Amino acid sequence: MSVARFWRKIPQRYNMLGTRCETCGRHFFPPRSFCPECRRTGKIADYKFAGTGTVVTYTIIHTASEQFEQLTPYVLAIVQLDEGPRMTAQVVCRPDEVKIGMRVKRAFRRIMTDGESGVIHYGTKFVPVE
Amino acid sequence: MRDVAVIGAGCTTFGEKWSSSFRDLFVEAGALALEDAQLSGEKIDAMYVGNMSAGRFIEQEHIGALIADYAGLATHHIPSTRVEAACASGGLAFRQAVIAVASGMEDIVVAAGVEKMTDVEPGASTDTLTGAADREWEGFVGATFPGLYAMIATDYMHRYPLTREQLAMVAVKNHYNGARNPIAQFQQEITIDTVLKSTMVAEPLRLFDCSPITDGAAAVIVAPLERAREFTDAPIKVLASAQASDTITLHDRRDISTLDASISAGQRAFKMAKLSHKDIDLVEVHDCFSIAEICAIEDLGFCRKGEAGKFTADGQTALDGKIPVNTSGGLKACGHPVGATGIKQVFEVVQQLKGDAGKRQIDGAKIGMTHNVGGTGATVAVHILGRV
Ligand SMILES: [Zn+2]
Repeated sequence: MSVARFWRKIPQRYNMLGTRCETCGRHFFPPRSFCPECRRTGKIADYKFAGTGTVVTYTIIHTASEQFEQLTPYVLAIVQLDEGPRMTAQVVCRPDEVKIGMRVKRAFRRIMTDGESGVIHYGTKFVPVE
Repeated sequence: MRDVAVIGAGCTTFGEKWSSSFRDLFVEAGALALEDAQLSGEKIDAMYVGNMSAGRFIEQEHIGALIADYAGLATHHIPSTRVEAACASGGLAFRQAVIAVASGMEDIVVAAGVEKMTDVEPGASTDTLTGAADREWEGFVGATFPGLYAMIATDYMHRYPLTREQLAMVAVKNHYNGARNPIAQFQQEITIDTVLKSTMVAEPLRLFDCSPITDGAAAVIVAPLERAREFTDAPIKVLASAQASDTITLHDRRDISTLDASISAGQRAFKMAKLSHKDIDLVEVHDCFSIAEICAIEDLGFCRKGEAGKFTADGQTALDGKIPVNTSGGLKACGHPVGATGIKQVFEVVQQLKGDAGKRQIDGAKIGMTHNVGGTGATVAVHILGRV
């Protein structure tokens, strides 16, 4: 991923900054500037997510693209945040630990090293809640 | 709106075609289609070309012009347009051709699809295919394309009765059909054991749950139905053409293991053709992964939600079953050159309806359906074709 494309997303990736529609109360992560429900009548404001959620579904990736090859096998999941929206993220746990319904919280982690530029990208992974 | 017919169809063999270039592939498919329609190139009014990612696979863009040029039509200055919707590029190219003829704007239109995937390393092709999903919010965190479908499978198997063996039956059945298709990439039969002992890709999906990396091209020619008999004794009428969209990310879907775009496109197609799933004699569905076929036959209404595993294991989707699914071998055994797949599905249905499908022929097939998915379900194209 290009450095510019990555840097534009830093507030969202580092702080889980999304948006909320103050008209209907829906939360959006990543942020949206239009509410799909209210369209242009929706009033959108920034919203910082608590970062806690539940595993909806998951897989263990054994064959990855080049940037993630050294991580395999790793746990990839869809996590439903407590505010409502879902996101795809890695869960830092043993492959046999992950379960549907498992409670997780966000953690700031290294995501990958870009092979061409050598830039290290950080972002959100999830860890099990004890 | 005018009625539209397919008057010719052609397809290369699918596989690792290292001795053929991108342009060799579509020229071969196009020539086969023209030959089938007994048509000369200067009669062509327009072309639509499905292609997902030539820019990444062979570092070539501007595919519409390239194809017109190497088809020998550059000096005829016909409009030639590339259509892109990931793995649904071919289905959408066909739909654009149908719309062009139905509208009265054009008469003789080529719909083609082509992809050359084996010129890059496997890691690079995995990354390119990830572009069919959301690069910034799925690919960035390490989601691969098989990984996303694996999460569909995990969700499905958690909620519905689908065993690992039943899932493997999808691949076993499609390899059986592929072994009877001379253009297929894999022409050998496999067993449940072959699937269950193959390399793990993304749990619970193994290598034999996944469609391969493939080179290939397919082309069909459409014309107004009223003119079809100028070219062929057996025109195949386009009874319906439907397309639907959904969220680009899997995680934003209403239901992880239901492709709402398949349901929507399917319902629109049935309505347009004034038919129901009971009228369909065979269907080519988008089995990029075994779980995708399970979802597809439910989403299109061939069996109830949650019952596709048993339906498949009982042989209902086999060549002699209630509704033969993927008689070509599907993406799994026939191969999946992403941009060409949607056109190959039409090619297979046309062959079946003309009675030209050889050892995999469905007796008396009159009406066939194609179902082509882009990404994890963000785009779906469904077509219904019928014998005239
Ligand atoms: Zn709203």
